[in-house]
Amino acid sequence: MTTRIRAIAFNTFREAVRDRVLYNLVFFALLLVATAPLLGEISIGVQRVLLINLSLSAISIFGIVISIFVGISLVSKEIERRTLYPVLSRPVGRGEFILGKYCGLAGTLLVNTMAMTTGVYVALLLMTRSFTRADANILIAIYFLFLQFIVIIGLALLFSSFSSPLLSALFALSMFVAGSFAADLRGFAAMSHGPEGLLARAASYVVPNLASLNVITRVSHDQFIPAALVGYNTLYTLLYATATITAAVLIFSRRDLK
Amino acid sequence: MIAAGVLVVSMAASFVLVRKIEAVYPSAPMEDVLFISSPEFVKRASLGYSGLLADIYWMRVVQYFGRKHQRESKEYKALAPLLDIATTLDPNLVVAYEWGSTFLDQPPPSGAGDDEAAVALIGKGIRNNPNEWRLYFTLAFVQYLGQHDYLGAAKTFEEGSKVPGAHPWMKIMAAKMLTDAGNLETARYMWQNIYDESTDKNLKQNAELHLASLVVDQAVPQLESLISEFKARTGDNPTSWRDLIASGLLRSIPRDPTGTPYVFQSDGHVVVADWRKLPFITRGKPQ
Amino acid sequence: MPRSFPTNPMLAVEILGLEKTYAIGFWKKKRKDGLKSLHLEIQQGEVFGFLGPNGAGKTTTLKLLMGLISPTAGTARILNQPWHDPAVRARIGFLPEQPYFYDHLTPIELLDYYGTLSGISAPDRRLRIPKLLERVGLAGQGGTQLRKFSKGMLQRVGIAQAVLHEPEVVFLDEPMSGLDPVGRREVRNFIQSLNREGKTVFFSTHILGDAEALCHRVAVLNKGELRGISVVADLTSQNRSRFEVVWQATAAIPAMRAFGNETHVAGEVARTIVRESQLQAALEALKSQSAQLISVNPVGGSLEEYFLQKLGEPDKVPR
Ligand SMILES: Nc1ncnc2c1ncn2[C@@H]1O[C@H](COP(=O)(O)OP(=O)(O)O)[C@@H](O)[C@H]1O
Ligand SMILES: [Mg+2]
Repeated sequence: MTTRIRAIAFNTFREAVRDRVLYNLVFFALLLVATAPLLGEISIGVQRVLLINLSLSAISIFGIVISIFVGISLVSKEIERRTLYPVLSRPVGRGEFILGKYCGLAGTLLVNTMAMTTGVYVALLLMTRSFTRADANILIAIYFLFLQFIVIIGLALLFSSFSSPLLSALFALSMFVAGSFAADLRGFAAMSHGPEGLLARAASYVVPNLASLNVITRVSHDQFIPAALVGYNTLYTLLYATATITAAVLIFSRRDLK
Repeated sequence: MIAAGVLVVSMAASFVLVRKIEAVYPSAPMEDVLFISSPEFVKRASLGYSGLLADIYWMRVVQYFGRKHQRESKEYKALAPLLDIATTLDPNLVVAYEWGSTFLDQPPPSGAGDDEAAVALIGKGIRNNPNEWRLYFTLAFVQYLGQHDYLGAAKTFEEGSKVPGAHPWMKIMAAKMLTDAGNLETARYMWQNIYDESTDKNLKQNAELHLASLVVDQAVPQLESLISEFKARTGDNPTSWRDLIASGLLRSIPRDPTGTPYVFQSDGHVVVADWRKLPFITRGKPQ
Repeated sequence: MPRSFPTNPMLAVEILGLEKTYAIGFWKKKRKDGLKSLHLEIQQGEVFGFLGPNGAGKTTTLKLLMGLISPTAGTARILNQPWHDPAVRARIGFLPEQPYFYDHLTPIELLDYYGTLSGISAPDRRLRIPKLLERVGLAGQGGTQLRKFSKGMLQRVGIAQAVLHEPEVVFLDEPMSGLDPVGRREVRNFIQSLNREGKTVFFSTHILGDAEALCHRVAVLNKGELRGISVVADLTSQNRSRFEVVWQATAAIPAMRAFGNETHVAGEVARTIVRESQLQAALEALKSQSAQLISVNPVGGSLEEYFLQKLGEPDKVPR
């Protein structure tokens, strides 16, 4: 079982690499270089803050764009081009296929994010000439960003298991936006009553809780991230991803291929 | 069947986790969401990238101020709202409070001359960053120099001195506010502190100008008293610095902090050659 | 109604009332029959032809058997196991209609991937893949990305992947479509050699010549209905009075229409059936139009007759 999932994951990774998904790293590097003159304009203390805010926001945006747009095409492209036929006519379960695809994209993003992280630290070193303990905090923020990708790939996969790529992208994007407002949604829901209130409350918990996965602004000021948050966020992401992948498998298993 | 079970369990467990996360990482209070001010709206719309947006706003503030300053405009209408947005997006951007309140407070052309806005901004800074003693220092400063509220300044210095890690002279300043607030030496002491402690280029330059202006404020009365002394000794009005040097009252031609000689006016007054280079002087301004 | 189990252990494929109704339209309200209740048995070691015009339901049947779509009703057994059993999938091979593969891969990478999925060990894959590529005529092309492959080459890759794991039953959906005459001949030979190795081959086609040259038995399908099953040898032995003429250059078509009743054109290649008495005249006519003759083959006129006759019978569903 694991060899098949691994083979599918590896093939997905290889496809992403050959489809030049990792080219975004070049843009990331250019971005870091291009901001150097900008950094000169502001005072020493804020330079570091800006560098962290800018590079981590870029990591997040690049990652989310890849998660959504590669994520929605993971399965739909294989159905559309019928490359799925020779795969599923082998002893490969549909669940294994989905899981393999998921792991492949997650792996791609892991490599991508690690490469960007290296870039961030190199830029920091060039700027400050040495590392401080606070710099390790940045890793936590990046780890949380990666958790965001994990959540969003799951959603993209889920949507693409029953709707067209365009709609899936739209859904996934709106889930990302709604997820960034999740706390507000919960607040609103708590104030409404009756059946609608219940519905609103359920909806506010179903959207991904993304706000607590974005601590970029905090780490840019070396603010402490509680260890409990790291644990809870990790667990939350695993659960949310499990739920979305399971739902995707349930839908995909019942689906006729074109 | 198993899959459906996994789906339900994992979804339900994720709800529990959301509550746990809320507990350790609380989100903004509801009223902030309901009564959306424009900075608060910008923050919501930033989808979590508020830090980056804050930095962008912050750079805009600095550029806006620099541009206006160069043209010697007396209008800094957008300064306060821009600062408000930047600090709402990133409430921990300490430099924006320090810088912002200094330049909001300062009279035109080197500032907006709006000490109410300055106090509001720095107050927000202290609420968001109660452990930053420098913000107390900045507030006290605005109270002292802008509002001449010496009692208030003394209180703020006192409060700030209690913040862990506060500089020891915060306590000294609290006392000085009560004893000799009107003293030039006190002002000089404060600007020197800002000059020494500031990491921001603009704040440092500003402090330097203030220090230079204080030098002028001190020098002009001294020079004028020398002129009166010459008159008292010789009964004649001096016609140039040379007369004073010849009589031994001066050793060389006196120069202001920019290196330019002071101008000797025929009516016995002393002024600086170009007061624009020393915008904060209160003495020695040409009529 | 499905028959009760257990059934004949010698059967390679047993289709028990498989049925597929597609829901179409934006709201999935309209129904369209893809396949009406199909009963079919295929013996082990047999080459079985699945004949029918476009839209007959051939691809639907194969997709049902591969588990790519789920049936509206009915079941099937492959190698005496339920058709959706994962264990069965390791023992069958499938060539989809107009296959398309990951074009970022090379044939070696692609086959290695599929081999892994089929559970072939790494040393075995390394051993088998080059041999297989040679067998399908792609020796020397193993390292070229598939995006640079022609349709014919892709078809060869498709056949290679279908037999890579040495399956006992091979399902081929229109294996000769889109191939030039040489390629078609090669695929025919390949199917024959598979059969000599003892494999069961089930392939669909709408080209009678292919069915006649290869199959032990054929089934005729039209509009989702099975119209008849027949042993090819029985049909073709009756007479050989007609010939299939295949040529290149479509210019000669009007002239040839005079001889043959059934003229088909596929790209540059045209084909017609002429009576023995007119064959000489037809060949002369081709020469005078300076069209290039590709092949002349006797056809079992009776298979074609059988085919046409079965297509014309809408109601009778044989068992
Ligand atoms: N995915 C589908 N949705 C709706 N109708 C379909 C679909 N696939 C095939 N059909 C219809 O089912 C019938 C049989 O098609 P098919 O099995 O592809 O025929 P063949 O392979 O014999 O040419 C055709 O009428 C076709 O239009
Ligand atoms: Mg077909």
